[in-house]
Amino acid sequence: MSAASTAEPAFVAKTKTGRFTDFVDSRVGGSGILREFGRKVFPDHWSFMFGEVALYSFVILLLSGTFLTFFFDPSMAETHYEGSYVPLKGVEMSVAYSSSLNISFDIRGGLFMRQVHHWAALLFVAAIAVHMLRVFFTGAFRRPREMNWVVGGVLLILAMAAGFTGYSLPDDLLSGNGLRIIDGVIKSIPVVGTYISFFLFGGEFPGTAIIGRLYVLHILLVPALILLMIVLHLFMVVIHKHTQYPGPGRNDNNVVGYPLGPVYAAKAGGFFFIVFGVLALMAGFFTINPIWNYGPYDPSPVSAGTQPDWYIGFVDGALRLMPGTLGDWQVEQVWFGYVFSFNVLLPALVPAGILFTVMFAYPWIERWITKDDREHHVLDRPRNAPTRTAIGMAGFVWYCVMWAAAGSDLIATHFGVSLNDVTYWLRALFIVGPFIAFIVTKRVALALQRKDREIALHGRETGRIVRLPHGEFIEVHAPLDEYKRYKLVGFESPEVLPAVPNEHGIVTRKEKRRAMLSKWFFEDRVAPATPAELEAAHGHGHGHEAVEAPEAARSLSH
Amino acid sequence: MKALSQKRRHPLAAIALLLMGLLLTGGLYAVATTVNEAKASSTTYSANDVEEGGKLFAANCATCHGMGASGTQDGPSLVGVGAAAVDFQVGTGRMPMQMNGPQALEKPVQFNDEQTQQLAAYVASLGAGPAIPDESLLDEGGNAAVGGELFRTNCAMCHNAAAAGGALTRGKFAPGLEDTSGKHIYEAMVTGPQNMPVFSDSNITPEGKRDIITFLKQIETTGSPGGAALGSLGPVAEGLFVWVAGLGVIIAFTIWLTSRTS
Repeated sequence: MSAASTAEPAFVAKTKTGRFTDFVDSRVGGSGILREFGRKVFPDHWSFMFGEVALYSFVILLLSGTFLTFFFDPSMAETHYEGSYVPLKGVEMSVAYSSSLNISFDIRGGLFMRQVHHWAALLFVAAIAVHMLRVFFTGAFRRPREMNWVVGGVLLILAMAAGFTGYSLPDDLLSGNGLRIIDGVIKSIPVVGTYISFFLFGGEFPGTAIIGRLYVLHILLVPALILLMIVLHLFMVVIHKHTQYPGPGRNDNNVVGYPLGPVYAAKAGGFFFIVFGVLALMAGFFTINPIWNYGPYDPSPVSAGTQPDWYIGFVDGALRLMPGTLGDWQVEQVWFGYVFSFNVLLPALVPAGILFTVMFAYPWIERWITKDDREHHVLDRPRNAPTRTAIGMAGFVWYCVMWAAAGSDLIATHFGVSLNDVTYWLRALFIVGPFIAFIVTKRVALALQRKDREIALHGRETGRIVRLPHGEFIEVHAPLDEYKRYKLVGFESPEVLPAVPNEHGIVTRKEKRRAMLSKWFFEDRVAPATPAELEAAHGHGHGHEAVEAPEAARSLSH
Repeated sequence: MKALSQKRRHPLAAIALLLMGLLLTGGLYAVATTVNEAKASSTTYSANDVEEGGKLFAANCATCHGMGASGTQDGPSLVGVGAAAVDFQVGTGRMPMQMNGPQALEKPVQFNDEQTQQLAAYVASLGAGPAIPDESLLDEGGNAAVGGELFRTNCAMCHNAAAAGGALTRGKFAPGLEDTSGKHIYEAMVTGPQNMPVFSDSNITPEGKRDIITFLKQIETTGSPGGAALGSLGPVAEGLFVWVAGLGVIIAFTIWLTSRTS
């Protein structure tokens, strides 16, 4: 390089701004980075934007949360409220609750910021959840993105942790009840439960330490971990490039879309302000977590309608669904003089454990069954992977049943039905719901595939009935243009892989199990129409071509 | 004193002493039990009220509650329930009951104020019970903060901390308390309608009940400082809102942003 610099005179920009920019660029290499990133291509589809929504919600959470830390005091010392909300005047409470009330009523813009923060938190987790559903149902977790799927799952758990630690901070009655449930779950862990609880709360619940501890987790550790995971997540997105939906000209070796600069950057930047605007409107017009209604935390009262925020709801719902006795058998057992509260332990940990284990392991499970180790950058339409879609829906319905159970009391009052009946029905659905969902989803997906195949082969029904000279009536089918047809036939349809012997010539038991699962996955597959079939269908010899030709011309002119 | 000490060996002294002791304990017991009866019938009703009430009762209530309000298989005896119970049940439209169910539902009021008063007079005449509360207890001039604490401790587990109501077992429920008059709130506390327990005056003093009413009216008039309250139902309503409205609007925007695509 030194030889080159002596050979030709150093570049000197003409304007002051140019010289300044050149100064920075020659030291940090900004133009190289910009060139690389600016040319990064992102495909455009509305369902690809939920990750962005989550990211922007997180940025808004950091901004509004910083504002809140200026005024929040995480102390459990006792005080008497002297702020401006009359119904609580003089009431004994913790400093944490008092300062939360002050943020709400006595600090300019405080209530708005609190509501922005809380709405953004709900949207953050909701966007992550929808993003993960999109990734799952389109098969975007396949190689090379398995690791990023796991990072995303960790982000979901961290988001729930951030939400829960924040939910407890105001030290109001509602959040205290929530904390008490967590305390109960911890204490139900055999042998070590009580020790963990005392360690966490610094003594018997509620103690005087927990709010301060949760505050440190909420504003320091959890956001730092989330930030780290976001960096990893986005880093891998850059390495892997973005996936795309199937379509003409799109394959596993390219990405069709807009470059980041300038179009996509402008869209993304604008979208941040749209998300911010929507959250600001929600915060301005709709109450969230009216802590002044709940009063200070006191372990004795429990309000009706006490629920956690939506993302913890499914655990609360599972707790509500769990019966205390099964027939004559008490679920809570006393063994060797110790109480084992399985009625709390099982619902609190088992469903969540199953959901997260299957979620994290799923890319490897499917990879093992299909023996598919190729890179996939073109997504599946959910109908084209019927068994995967059905598995996803089974899990989704299972989650939703537990989720609904968290609002069982409100379902009962608002639909005028018995709370007991709601519980019984949801218990039944907890067991059979996933199976029904699996069967229905798989049938629907297969039916849609058959419909696609029909349309690809015979064209779209125009609804125009024509009478032929010899008296026969036919409905005119308009053939698809090749772009539309590509979407219907251009997908991968894996076949059943029978068990194969290993290098010793032995079919292992594991391989047999894999073959069984492969059969279960793909035995009723609907194969996409092949070119030969298309050719055959086109010349189906009924002599309709003359009638259908103008339709074809019309559909092409669209 | 001297006369008393001279007669202390009188043959009837022991009987007199016994009588005095019985009177004292009986009197104390009577005082102690009426404390719980919330000022039995302080308002006086005219004989005409009682008579008219009796006629109304025979025509509208006796089918279930029996002649003379002595109760049948279909309805409990109303002897001793007091005027407050009648004023609450009839005044909120719960009685006459439309049909059997987990609990009597609120519906349009069936009797006018005069008729309700006559019915109350009739039932009050059958036996002593809680009376309709005095205006001084309903003036909403109590301490809202104390009332709030009492409400959270005694009422919120069924009626919700924001008095939005809640579910009970087998189709029963605690109703929301917005738009309920102070008088009816007070009467509900002293009579325990439907599945509600009685909060007697030794449980929550009349002054405490006044504070609770003050608190409820205060939060009703204060409204929702943070914007639309979404039913004051807590996180379920909030979650539903963010999923349906929040995410719905965001999805509409994402579709708009990607509508002019390659």
